[in-house]
Amino acid sequence: MSVAVTDPREHRTAEQASQWKLMWWAFRRHRLARWSLYIVVALYAIGALAEFFSPFDPDAASARDVFHPPQAINFIDTAPDGSWTIRPWVQGHRLVRDRFTLEQSFVVDPNRKIYLSFFGKAEPVKLAGLFTIERRFLTAAEQGERFFLFGADRLGRDMLSRVIHGTRISLSIGLVGVAMSLVLGLLLGGISGYYGGTVDMAIQRVIEFILSLPTIPIWLGLTAALPQDWSPLTRYFAITIILSLVTWTELARVVRGRFLALRGEDFVTAARLDGCSQARIIFRHMLPSLASHVIASITLAVPLMILAETSLSFLGLGLQPPTISWGVLLKEAQNIRSIAQAPWLFIPGGAVCLAVLALNFLGDGLRDAADPYAQDGR
Amino acid sequence: MLLAFIVRRILWTVPFLIAVSLVSFALIQAPPGDYLTSFAATLAASGDEVDQGRLEALRERYGLDQPFLVQYWRWISGVLQGDFGISFEWQQPVANLIWERMGLSVCLALGTLLFTWAVAFPVGIYSAVRKYSIGDYVATTFGFIGLATPNFLIALVLMYIGVIYFGSDVSGLFSEEYQNAPWSWGKVLDLLAHLWIPVIILGTSSSASLIRIMRANLLDELHKPYVVTARAKGLSEFTLLMRYPVRLALNPFVSTIGWAFPQLISGAVITAFVLSLPTSGPLLLQALLAQDMYLAGAFILLLCSLTVVGMLVSDILLALIDPRVRYQ
Repeated sequence: MSVAVTDPREHRTAEQASQWKLMWWAFRRHRLARWSLYIVVALYAIGALAEFFSPFDPDAASARDVFHPPQAINFIDTAPDGSWTIRPWVQGHRLVRDRFTLEQSFVVDPNRKIYLSFFGKAEPVKLAGLFTIERRFLTAAEQGERFFLFGADRLGRDMLSRVIHGTRISLSIGLVGVAMSLVLGLLLGGISGYYGGTVDMAIQRVIEFILSLPTIPIWLGLTAALPQDWSPLTRYFAITIILSLVTWTELARVVRGRFLALRGEDFVTAARLDGCSQARIIFRHMLPSLASHVIASITLAVPLMILAETSLSFLGLGLQPPTISWGVLLKEAQNIRSIAQAPWLFIPGGAVCLAVLALNFLGDGLRDAADPYAQDGR
Repeated sequence: MLLAFIVRRILWTVPFLIAVSLVSFALIQAPPGDYLTSFAATLAASGDEVDQGRLEALRERYGLDQPFLVQYWRWISGVLQGDFGISFEWQQPVANLIWERMGLSVCLALGTLLFTWAVAFPVGIYSAVRKYSIGDYVATTFGFIGLATPNFLIALVLMYIGVIYFGSDVSGLFSEEYQNAPWSWGKVLDLLAHLWIPVIILGTSSSASLIRIMRANLLDELHKPYVVTARAKGLSEFTLLMRYPVRLALNPFVSTIGWAFPQLISGAVITAFVLSLPTSGPLLLQALLAQDMYLAGAFILLLCSLTVVGMLVSDILLALIDPRVRYQ
């Protein structure tokens, strides 16, 4: 017999692991989903700490910097005598006016370097309205100097700061909206799946009906009915409610399907024969085994919400300009003239794609991991 | 049996259509104030005399002082006779404004459906048969990007490419000389020459999901014993594929009409707005922004009815090709 000492932690077998642990193992195998998880977490962190990550106030306009092109960030700074140091900087731009057409354009000014510093001091701002911070993730080394990593919009506002602030609204509208549809979906799907019969029939017809409607015309109609003088916050919540009026159906279907499947499981029958109350059966025995599926479908519902909000705001019927979301930003890129002049106005669209893709992959991975006992058929 | 199924399915559509009309009417009713308030405001804004007598007559005609159900009844009985009310913004009957645009919308949706099928059928089969080949990965990547990119973004990017690299405007459905011309063969050809751009834009996301469905379905079938039997009997690989597993995997193609139709109609609204197509979307948006509610209501009603009818067609076709559905 060999007497190799094995670390007890390595001795993990499927028999000993809890269900959540099994899921975590299944999820970890899905490489794309794991990377997506990192991206999603990073995006939400950026959204939550928007004031810290954005170099400038997103509403600070500057007439001198209208449609300022993006500047690439350099990390190696070479001095004229050939020596070099590692220090972030961007090339300055100069505004020139054509002598005949009076058209303004920006040219690179080779003599001007704008040095940047990480965690440098800047104007103090309130972080999420809670406490004041003095330092930002990235600032100009010299206070008051402007730089534009993502370019500037038609009022000379910094696109990077705007995209970062848009992240907060766009991503949170996904979460808040899904939370609302979750309440509806769990309630109606649960009722439908647990009681079955006529109630189930009625709820299923309602869901079928909602699914057969084209969502955007309905959403447009509902948002057009919102009073124009509502405050941005009220409007924000009204829009999340409108969005979740349609999206709860998918969740309700998942919940119902799982409830129907679970109702016949042995452990539920056992609980019933043990004399558990109905509430205890539902909350103690059925809901925990539902949770993983619900989490997976939530993750897949968030990107739909984000796309819906973006579309509505893009059409001018969603959130309105003092609020910054990716859709509101893309509204600026609506006419061909401005995008031909300033293609960097597309950047929020890139952010939408990134977030939606990452959330979709994450959701796919979670859905595959949600049933760790299933044979891996991929 | 089949006939009974079809009749039952058609009967089911009736309550759905009634519900759709109720929803549309509730949407018209939702904004604060009635149409006449906004109508009077429009008149006043354009400097016209607001004639109280005329307002009263209109109020009487549309029953605006009546309860919701009475108003709904008046509206819907008008709709059934082809009278959708008047558009306050355009000062004409709504019926004059909508039909050509609805026709183009249907054209666009059907064209997109054909495109979706034409792309998803070969690509889906290919990625299932050559699973994990480079082609499969390309198709999957394209599929994910297609699903994640909002339609209007693709439209904007195509417009940008068109203007910057080809110097041409890709928006609209007609060339200038046909814009207001009556329908003729030339105009139809011109329409086809412009239609492909919105069709591609709208078709990307639905073909992406259809490719995934087709691939998954076919993968389930490919390893079943009957396939092995057929192969053992010496059937050529292509005939084998087309004759058995593909036919079984085809169901989603028919049911696409059901679920893709609402999506296409939805997506078309925004894409049409970006590309300024003369379809129903942009006019609906304009009507909603101007609170021109009879016009908006007519569009919402028709678009929703269209998707309900699409569901009906897809269910009937499904029953025709798949006996399992019929006998449920």
